[in-house]
Amino acid sequence: MIIHHPILGPRDAQEFVYLGDASLIDRPDGMTAGVEAFHDYAYNRDNPAGEHRELWYHEQGDRSWLVVTRNTVTHEISRVELARDVARSRGRSK
Amino acid sequence: MTQSHRVAGGQIDRSQSLRFTFDGLPYQGHPGDTLASALLANGVRLMGRSFKYHRPRGPLSAGSEEPNALVELRTGGRQEPNTRATVAELYDGLEANSQNRWPGLRFDALAINDRLSTFFAAGFYYKTFMWPKSFWEKLYEPIIRRAAGLGSVSREEDPDAYDKGFLHCDLLVIGAGPAGLMAALTAGRAGKRVILADEDFRMGGRLNAETHAVGGVAGADWANVAVAELGAMPNVRLMARTTVVGAFDHGIYSAVERVSDHLPMPLSGKPRQVLWRIYSTRAILCGGATERPIAFENNDRPGIMLAGALRAYANRWGVKAGDRAAIFTNNDDGLRTAIDLQAKGVDVMAVIDSREGGELLPGIRHLRGAEVIDSTGRLGLTSITVRQANGRNETIAVDALGVSGGWNPNVNIHSHHRSRPVWDASIAAFVPGADGPPGLLVAGAAAGVMATHAALRTGRDAAIAALGLAGATPDLPEAEDAPVRIMPLWHVAHGRGRAWIDQQNDVTVKDIKLAAQENFTSVEHMKRYTTLGMATDQGKTGNVIGLAIMAELTGRSIPETGTTIYRPPYTPVAMGTLAGRSRGKEFKPCRLTPSHHWAAEQGATFVEVGNWLRTQWVPKAGETEWRQSVDREVLATRRSVGICDVTTLGKIDIQGTDAGAFLDRVYANTFSTLAVGKCRYGLMLREDGIVFDDGTTARMGPHEYVMTTTTANAVTVFRHLEFCRQCLWPDMDVQLISTTEAWAQFSVAGPNARKLLEKVVDQDISDAAFPYMGAGNITVGGLRARLFRISFSGELAYEIAVPTRYGDALLREMLARGAEFEPIVYGTEALGVMRIEKGHVAGGELNGQSTALNMGLGKMVSKKKDSIGMVLSQREGLNDPSGYRLVGVRPVDPTAKLVAGSHFLEKGAAPVLANDGGWLTSKVFSPHVGCDIALGYLKGGDAKIGNRMRAVNLLSGLDTEVEIVSPHFVDPEGERLRG
Amino acid sequence: MAELQAMTALGAHDPARVVCGPLTITERIDVALASVATRRGKDLTKAAKAAGVPLAEPGCHLRGMPYCTFWTAPEMWFVEAPFDSHERIAEILKSDLGDAASITEQTDAWVILDLAADDLSPLLERLCNVDFAGQPVGHATRTMIDHLGCYLIKQGPGAARVYGPRSSAQSLLHALEAAAASVW
Repeated sequence: MIIHHPILGPRDAQEFVYLGDASLIDRPDGMTAGVEAFHDYAYNRDNPAGEHRELWYHEQGDRSWLVVTRNTVTHEISRVELARDVARSRGRSK
Repeated sequence: MTQSHRVAGGQIDRSQSLRFTFDGLPYQGHPGDTLASALLANGVRLMGRSFKYHRPRGPLSAGSEEPNALVELRTGGRQEPNTRATVAELYDGLEANSQNRWPGLRFDALAINDRLSTFFAAGFYYKTFMWPKSFWEKLYEPIIRRAAGLGSVSREEDPDAYDKGFLHCDLLVIGAGPAGLMAALTAGRAGKRVILADEDFRMGGRLNAETHAVGGVAGADWANVAVAELGAMPNVRLMARTTVVGAFDHGIYSAVERVSDHLPMPLSGKPRQVLWRIYSTRAILCGGATERPIAFENNDRPGIMLAGALRAYANRWGVKAGDRAAIFTNNDDGLRTAIDLQAKGVDVMAVIDSREGGELLPGIRHLRGAEVIDSTGRLGLTSITVRQANGRNETIAVDALGVSGGWNPNVNIHSHHRSRPVWDASIAAFVPGADGPPGLLVAGAAAGVMATHAALRTGRDAAIAALGLAGATPDLPEAEDAPVRIMPLWHVAHGRGRAWIDQQNDVTVKDIKLAAQENFTSVEHMKRYTTLGMATDQGKTGNVIGLAIMAELTGRSIPETGTTIYRPPYTPVAMGTLAGRSRGKEFKPCRLTPSHHWAAEQGATFVEVGNWLRTQWVPKAGETEWRQSVDREVLATRRSVGICDVTTLGKIDIQGTDAGAFLDRVYANTFSTLAVGKCRYGLMLREDGIVFDDGTTARMGPHEYVMTTTTANAVTVFRHLEFCRQCLWPDMDVQLISTTEAWAQFSVAGPNARKLLEKVVDQDISDAAFPYMGAGNITVGGLRARLFRISFSGELAYEIAVPTRYGDALLREMLARGAEFEPIVYGTEALGVMRIEKGHVAGGELNGQSTALNMGLGKMVSKKKDSIGMVLSQREGLNDPSGYRLVGVRPVDPTAKLVAGSHFLEKGAAPVLANDGGWLTSKVFSPHVGCDIALGYLKGGDAKIGNRMRAVNLLSGLDTEVEIVSPHFVDPEGERLRG
Repeated sequence: MAELQAMTALGAHDPARVVCGPLTITERIDVALASVATRRGKDLTKAAKAAGVPLAEPGCHLRGMPYCTFWTAPEMWFVEAPFDSHERIAEILKSDLGDAASITEQTDAWVILDLAADDLSPLLERLCNVDFAGQPVGHATRTMIDHLGCYLIKQGPGAARVYGPRSSAQSLLHALEAAAASVW
């Protein structure tokens, strides 16, 4: 597969490490959320046949974490974003 | 032996002769020959025995689709089984042997299988060898494996090298027949970067095998001119002997280039083959078409070939496969063979044309509405039986029969993304469907466009469409543009004998019938049940016939019946090609430590730790057994001082105004409160509360920390930190970079560690000036260096780091200047012994299943702050008081042995799962304690210190009485560390 | 105490120079290297300009005197300078860039191999997935060579610099030599 890195352009997926569902960005706050919320965060994932937002790490490149929107059936990649930007847009900061 | 079957013409170089042997007999051929064409030229048509019935077989085809003529090429380590003689390029000195026969090809004892064929029908072994069950592995399977099969692999190591490589282009053209050449010319003339790949050693595709004119010259000559023009373009890369074997996502194609297979052996330093990864968002498949036979009784004898192959041998290689030939066809293409063979001086006895009516060929006996129903000839064709339109049978003596059942477009590459080909009744074949790999177009015969002119046109148009070329459209040369006229005929309905569909797997029409009868009617089931379409040719000639017959038997149409899934590779790929350079000692690159050269001089033993080569122990003269060296290293360190290269530990530089806060989040314990100039042991959890990694982290400045990780997790910890930094807390001011390779770091441990270091460092490192867990920048003879007062061994210990290039010198300097303390260098074994003696966790305990509580480090998990894994580490199930706890273990009898992995059992308890108390995670012989010691996870272990239990290992037959003790065998109070 | 003697990444006193047919591989030990990463909220561009550190665009290497840089990650660069004058490059940059950047010495983390031949494309296509011929001079990218994470800087059609992990210097050199023998 080819991932169109937002900064570096097309890069072979071989350079990346796959993590999984981009919902891992939405980590609950450990001081306020309880075991249930963390259980959900750590273990529960959707497994769609179709569009999936997922985390890829450019380990053999610039070490950017990316959010890749990929169709799990066709492998078509419709969107690639820097995970840092996605995290900020979802209200994450420090 | 003379080349008795060589006729005029062909693209071979008759000025040179090449000598070769087949089954030990010498023959001659010419440059341009394949092994098959050269053997046929010598009158040899028996080239193999079939897979199951050991039937005598000759080549069916003249290309990579060949199911029969499989040979073992070369000898020794280069011996390659299942090589298709039809594509093996002849070279001087070639040695080939037939396979799957004993004692010889002409007399094969296992041909008895053919007489027993009733027992060997599809699925026979599923039914026959069911009972008794125990016989399968020991008796039935070995016998079947010996009796059935293909070639044998060499037991010697493959001496050749294989490369991998990466290519980029604007357009990849797959196949260099008329369509491919025209596509490449169109794109190449427009200045685009083009790769033209063809599996053959001679580009031109079918143009080389036909007598058609293209642009007023012979097709092969037109191809030569086109190839020359392309070869002169700097933007075009011609890759002959290169098979595109697969289409992958987003315009990635893999191709195998056979760099040296046409040579006796690769030239010095050159690879045998290269596996290319080709990046091209646009590609055109011009892979041509493959002819298919028609099944009739005994249609597998040597001498019976595809009609197009007979024609190719005659036209391209100047070889007549027989003196008296017949053609059996259901389409016009078969008629061409008859005409071409006659032009080459072959007696064409008859053309058996299954179609009724229509024009007759002039000057050739053309039987319309007739069928071939049987053949004779034990080791090669001697006659065929023809059923004429009037129902009368006639026997015709021939030694060659060309069969044409129509042509199947080579849709494989287009179907690698599961695109289903669609049925085109006008050519009675499957053509590429609509949903192929994005960016891949199809042209020429691969698209079902069979005429030469149409191939040229679709090739050109595909290049224009693929690249959006607006400019001038190249003119096309004149060429034949005949329509396809075919009346499908899949098998001849006659008799009770066997009619072959898949010659490689010995699958007959009967087997398809049996599959239908037993309800294996889906094509995928039919494939698995009958083995149709498996093995090296993947059913290139047989699949469509098989499914057409299945359609007939089940009353479905052919498109309803459908095709099996096409998967890469298109043709077989050697394992060595897939491995490339990554084999043996070069499987992965090697990482050398700064002390490697010194250790190698000492004759040290090395151990692979990931890619690192670490010193395992450093034997002294007279030490013959590893334990002698390791025990000495441990005792010497604990007695005086030992030095160990710990460069391999991951080192990560963490800077920024939020660095401390960041560390608080990623470590279970707190780092923001750590004073500058101090270091602390850190425990890193996964989000599920399990321990991920551990190490010490030092604060070198207000906003600057140096983290160490375990050697094993250096990469994954760094990845995790980047995840935390970018995805979880994107606004933290934290910057990360690995410095593992930048610093040579040595542990200096033992009562005399400080005294030794005082001889090399420039600063005061007295206990007062540099206390336990101190860290800081120092200098060594003016050279910038770092010092950390940390201990893994339990002794007074430091880790000293210098820029890597000085690591070797620092080690030598420490050994020389500290000579009075008799320092030793210890390896990973002694390191392991001392950490177990001290009760530090490592690989066996950091097993990805254990919590801080399990390790006796539960109190380290701070609940006053949020950190990764903090919340889930509090789950009830992970906090069971009777859960696993780290304990020390020693045998009650000091001479008794312990084995890591042994399980704890109470005395008298049966060794069953219900009684399992835990296991020994790490075990060593402790020279300090004087017996085997171990660490282990024991259920409720902290309440069992002092108890006696058993350590049981059923695999090694050990059942040892042990005492459960504190995991700290050495200096439990930690006085030495602080000394 | 006596001055410690440096050892090259290839285990010798002097840098290696290896000739494989038309290819010359030259080990460089005269380059000091440090990473420079923007501290959040700080104006590194300004500080770098004042300090004479040219900050390269993503995917690029930028030449200057005494500093050259190439981009390695978002808001992170590697800065090269002559070793003789800048052995303590991290300290020098820290004093020049102040709190605008996090700076880490990288000199000894890498082996530097300069490659020279008439055309390096045939060699590099056997080693990594970079479209060397299709990239402009000054292109700088991370890439995998023989499983090793390297930086590749294009200095011309026949000139390139490879930064490879120092501990694997021998493996990297071997891979280059083997590829050269394959190609030429």
